[in-house]
Amino acid sequence: MKRFVYINDNEASHDPYCDNRISNRKYTILNFLPKNLWEQFSRLMNQYFLLIACLQLWPLITPVNPASTWGPLIFIFSVSASKEAWDDYNRYLSDKQANEKEVWVVRDGIRKRIQAQDIHVGNIVWLRENDEVPCDLLLLGTSEPQGICFVETAALDGETDLKTRVIPTACAGLASELLYKIKGVIECPNPDKDIRRFDANLRLFPPFIDNDLCPLTINNTLLQSCYLRNTEWACGVAVYTGNETKLGMSRGIPEPKLTAVDAMIDKLIGAIFLFQIVVVIVLGFAGNIWKDTEGQQQWYVMYPVEGPWYELLVIPLRFELLCSIMIPISIKISLDLVKSVYAKFIDWDEEMYDQDAQCPSHAANTAISEDLGQVEYILTDKTGTLTENKMIFRRCCINGTFYGNNSGDALKDGELLNDVVNNVPDVVRFLTVMSICNSVVPTKSPSGEISYKAQSQDEDALVNAAAHLHMVFVNRNGNVLEVNFNASAVRYELLDALEFTSDRKRMSVVVRDCQNGNILLLSKGADEAILPFASNGQQIRSFSDAVEQYAQSGLRTLCLAWRELNEDEYTEWSLMFKEANSTLVDREWKLAEVCQRLEHDLEILGVTAIEDHLQDGVPETIETLRKAGINFWMLTGDKQSTAIQIALSCNFIAPEPKGQLLLINGRTEDEVLRSLERVLLTMRIATSEPKEVAFVVDGWALEIALRHYKEIFTELADLSRTAICCRVTPSQKAQLVELLKSREYRTLAIGDGGNDVRMIQQADIGVGISGREGLQAARAADYSIGKFRFLTRLILVHGRYSYNRTAFLSQYSFYKSLLICFIQILFSFISGISGTSLFNSVSLMAYNIFYTSIPVLTSVLDKDLSEKTVMQHPQILFYCQAGRLLNPSTFAGWFGRSLFHASVVFLITIHSYANEKSEMEELSMVALSGCIWLQAFVVTLETNSFTALQHLAIWGNLAAFYAINCIISMIPSAGMYTIMFRLCGQPSYWITMFLIVAIGMGPVFALKYFRFTYRSSAINILQQAEHSRAPIFRDFESPVESSEKDGISLPSTAQPKSSRSPVYEPLLSESTPNAARKSRGQTTIEFFQPPQNRLSYSRNCKNN
Amino acid sequence: MWFPVSLNLKKPVNSKFTQQELPACKPILSPGWVITTFAFIGLIFIPVGLASLFASQRVVEIVDRYDVACVPEHLQDDKLAYIQNSTVDKTCTRKLKVPRLMRSPIFIYYELENFYQNHRRYVKSRSDKQLRSREGESDTESCSPEAKTSNGSVIVPCGLIAWSMFNDTYGFSINSKVLDVNKKDIAWNSDKYHKFGSDVYPKNFQSGPFIGGGKLNSSIPLSEQEDLIVWMRTAALPTFRKLYGKIEVDLEPNEEIMVTIHNNYNTYSFGGKKRLVLSTTSWIGGKNDFLGMAYLTFGGLSLLIAATFILIHLIRPRSLGDPSYLSWNKNPAGYSN
Repeated sequence: MKRFVYINDNEASHDPYCDNRISNRKYTILNFLPKNLWEQFSRLMNQYFLLIACLQLWPLITPVNPASTWGPLIFIFSVSASKEAWDDYNRYLSDKQANEKEVWVVRDGIRKRIQAQDIHVGNIVWLRENDEVPCDLLLLGTSEPQGICFVETAALDGETDLKTRVIPTACAGLASELLYKIKGVIECPNPDKDIRRFDANLRLFPPFIDNDLCPLTINNTLLQSCYLRNTEWACGVAVYTGNETKLGMSRGIPEPKLTAVDAMIDKLIGAIFLFQIVVVIVLGFAGNIWKDTEGQQQWYVMYPVEGPWYELLVIPLRFELLCSIMIPISIKISLDLVKSVYAKFIDWDEEMYDQDAQCPSHAANTAISEDLGQVEYILTDKTGTLTENKMIFRRCCINGTFYGNNSGDALKDGELLNDVVNNVPDVVRFLTVMSICNSVVPTKSPSGEISYKAQSQDEDALVNAAAHLHMVFVNRNGNVLEVNFNASAVRYELLDALEFTSDRKRMSVVVRDCQNGNILLLSKGADEAILPFASNGQQIRSFSDAVEQYAQSGLRTLCLAWRELNEDEYTEWSLMFKEANSTLVDREWKLAEVCQRLEHDLEILGVTAIEDHLQDGVPETIETLRKAGINFWMLTGDKQSTAIQIALSCNFIAPEPKGQLLLINGRTEDEVLRSLERVLLTMRIATSEPKEVAFVVDGWALEIALRHYKEIFTELADLSRTAICCRVTPSQKAQLVELLKSREYRTLAIGDGGNDVRMIQQADIGVGISGREGLQAARAADYSIGKFRFLTRLILVHGRYSYNRTAFLSQYSFYKSLLICFIQILFSFISGISGTSLFNSVSLMAYNIFYTSIPVLTSVLDKDLSEKTVMQHPQILFYCQAGRLLNPSTFAGWFGRSLFHASVVFLITIHSYANEKSEMEELSMVALSGCIWLQAFVVTLETNSFTALQHLAIWGNLAAFYAINCIISMIPSAGMYTIMFRLCGQPSYWITMFLIVAIGMGPVFALKYFRFTYRSSAINILQQAEHSRAPIFRDFESPVESSEKDGISLPSTAQPKSSRSPVYEPLLSESTPNAARKSRGQTTIEFFQPPQNRLSYSRNCKNN
Repeated sequence: MWFPVSLNLKKPVNSKFTQQELPACKPILSPGWVITTFAFIGLIFIPVGLASLFASQRVVEIVDRYDVACVPEHLQDDKLAYIQNSTVDKTCTRKLKVPRLMRSPIFIYYELENFYQNHRRYVKSRSDKQLRSREGESDTESCSPEAKTSNGSVIVPCGLIAWSMFNDTYGFSINSKVLDVNKKDIAWNSDKYHKFGSDVYPKNFQSGPFIGGGKLNSSIPLSEQEDLIVWMRTAALPTFRKLYGKIEVDLEPNEEIMVTIHNNYNTYSFGGKKRLVLSTTSWIGGKNDFLGMAYLTFGGLSLLIAATFILIHLIRPRSLGDPSYLSWNKNPAGYSN
């Protein structure tokens, strides 16, 4: 599983690897049609329609012209095919641009300019400043004497700071002329997508006699799509090319996410399909019986006495074709269309435009907006998501002395400044660790000002603070670190860097003091990663107290430590380190083990405390969303006390008397189990108390709980509205998401850093904050927003509207298809169950994709409640969460409505157009126009807010219907020649239309009014309140506030899952108005129900 | 997409549309509104219904079922044999009494019941191309099973519809004075001029072993065969009337009309009924009380609904948008139902 790269080996015949041609294309010109068709037909619904369309080619059974199915089918197919083609063409263009870019490559010892696509593995590529790296290179030489160069990796991981890349030690000091002739072999792993690892070795061939195996890391590479910065030139050998680069491997089409709404629609389509099969079988059976009894006597039909073998099938198949319109062919395309509009609305939203970062919100995944409205759990990262990730050094504790406790800012603490000036040794050492134990790169601007490029915000804060305290990290010159302390220069030689990993939770550097030659180990890290390794004699009590104290005020702490190493110890260790560094397998793990051998007996210097500001509006956002019935879980890598502190300050949990925190901890399985059971017990009791309970679990206990006690933990997850998980790893975050998803909760994960990517991808909806930790999370996410507080708007406004709109649109699509299908079925009863179509082909084709599709599309503008009302009453989101607007029972309503409307249209038509008027074409047009009128009024009735566009679409569509049919009526060869003119001239036609509308809509209207007024849902009440403006905003505030104080007002407080069923309607007020009025004055008092009452409630629910 | 282009979007466009802030009106179903609507509909529908009913009532209609009565007494048991026997005289005389004054034009219809002109096998069995022009003469694919004669020559007009053309004839007289029946202009002009060609002549029609309905004079082009054109306008319902002709004199009340019927058409094999209808017309069409009755009924219902809503509103008034109805402002014990 390795690849061997021979540097500068020009014999192309050896080359088993691909060239550097990038291809993101899905299709070629030749395979586009078959491949695209194959993809489209792999969807079940398309297969169904293809089958129908093929059946229609059999003239014996087709009720209408095959064009009525082929037309829409081809239309829909060509729409999605052209979308695909357009996307693919754009991909082709961007590929072409990248492929044809000219680069300098060494060929036969000479530098040549070739196209990027012709680079082969083993070629040496030269780059100049600001060039884009064309493929993954191993750095061989740079213009800088120290053998370093700077790259910007923003396109790869979104981190905008410059990163240092160094040439492998084996190549150090090679003259640039020699680089043309260099030969060697690189042993590296097969291509993978891990952009943080490159575990390889290099061996140069003679005459470059460094026969040693030289270990390579990611720091020796220049990866594709990075930019070379601040370096005159650099050259490297191509290791991975084309689609095999790290970037190329990490591309790929993510699994499409299916929203709950889509799943429900699919279910309903399945149900309709079953219904259709039943109809077909019943009618087919009845039709065959009629044919054999009545039909044989109707001489004018001339049924042959003995039919062909398939005769029994003919009538059922005819009905199958007749009923095929029951499944709306246009639903997918309409949904795709409106979904992309929802996504656009998110992109366009000015109120979600991040003024600071100048970046708008963006919906990368256009298909899942409805899910936003159905979120039940939000799993949020802490740092950078809830907080600003703008780290400021606030306090420190050096060897037992607290600085900055009074002023809140250690940098302004006179005592500390004094100690610095007086060269107090502890303080100096502390500052030294602060300033050089890091991977920060100082850069000097022309004016002499020093700025720092840091990968971690904490390091940035520390280095800057140290600089403020006169310990200025001036320069990183290769291995030499220059520090300016109190105006005197101090130099350190950097021997080794023991890098930070999330498992080790600390980093160290080994440096040699250039003044006295002492070797020092400088470490910094989390308290539990440093304090246990303190030297035996040292009292660590004061440090852990400091950590505790700082954490309680919500500060992030780091412990700093150091140790002097003796020469022998270091040399011995250094060998092991080198060896570990050049292993190809499990390098990270082995390195950690080796580092462990050095990082012990540390002398603890002190504790730093860094403040991370809460983002604007975080407490409000969390409060609002929790009122909306969304449960919050905080998953953070930070330590427990900091996490709890932040949780308190952002309304995540309530302070003591009201809220209660339950700790789950323990190092062993037994301890964790006991702790879990205790918490679960408390939690069960607490559901009946007016108390907010949250559990807190740390990574270790979580690991055990997830592995051994999954059931208990799952039950806990069900009961708990709030949880804080601290010290969790990225994969644990993803596991928690998985756990909640397995309980069929809709989850939303929000985060900002690379460690949130897995959770974001795992969740139903991933939201990335395009923050300071780069764009990695934002890029992996379905939605990227600038600030946490935009989440309220994203969910309450965009999510809710999207859900409402899609719920209406999809059910309406079913309604209109069923409507016309029911009319056909009713007609079959008076046409000898022979499968005659009442409507002609043109009408059928236009009905589905034209007459009825346009008006309903304007539902993308519909707003049932104004944004302001929704924000004020976030509880209303419950309707979306529970799926109240789209579920089998609402669908049954629409089904009933279509049956009712079909009967109305059909019965009125056949009675008013009876006797001498019963001409086929006329009657069919009367029925069709009846449907169109009804659907216009149905859309009107179901629309909550009318803009000019909606009026235009609804009434314009009605007018267009007449215009189109009048035009068709002018074509002499058309079946309906003159029909429309004839009808429009008859008073009885218009009288019939009004009758259809009145009888069809009257009961629906009356029922809707009755429910709106006397069985109002919360949405209705708010609509009424919005209309009358006055009372709600005045009256309303007080009960809300009081209920907040009680903290139990939320409708879904710890509601068991069972009560969330879409049909169950606890939100509806059932009591009579008088009773409600009586209780109004006492609302707040009645919250204090005796607990038994509520206990019995929850028990009831469990029994359900 | 991997490339970061999409993340560096520009500032959103600020327009009412993009911000979803288009001016909109949000009507709600307030009691006043709804009650007014229902009352208004009721007030509109009742007069319209009355007018329709009145118009329909003014139409004078004489309906006479003759299929059974025209079979001689001794053949009542086997009507099929009667109708299929070409040697029996099919003439039959009926007397109709004019109930009220019938102003000309008086339309003569024949009405068939239980006749499925909308049957799929039947309704498709025609060739519009062939009917339209001579060039389409051989276009008989859709006409099966009445497309070609047994020796393979095309039938014009082909198909079951034409083949089964109604062929009873009626003669009218009052007091032995023959009433002229105008059989011109009974078909739609659009059909005569555009659907049925003036150069298409019947050919091989009714020449097969089974004779369906009426025969056609092969020297008259289809565009002038108005009976055929009327028949070819298929009916959507199993009971239908088709225009036979017009009487262009007024008929006085209590006059007795003698109708001589040639009862040729076979409805006996499937139990279909035949009726002769004489009818005047009005702005709403022929005699059809349905619309009027439906309007009156629904108008009445609307008023009733309006009244009910008013009553409910008075008895159990409910102030709209009262926040105390919101469940989260209410007693949480409300859940336990």
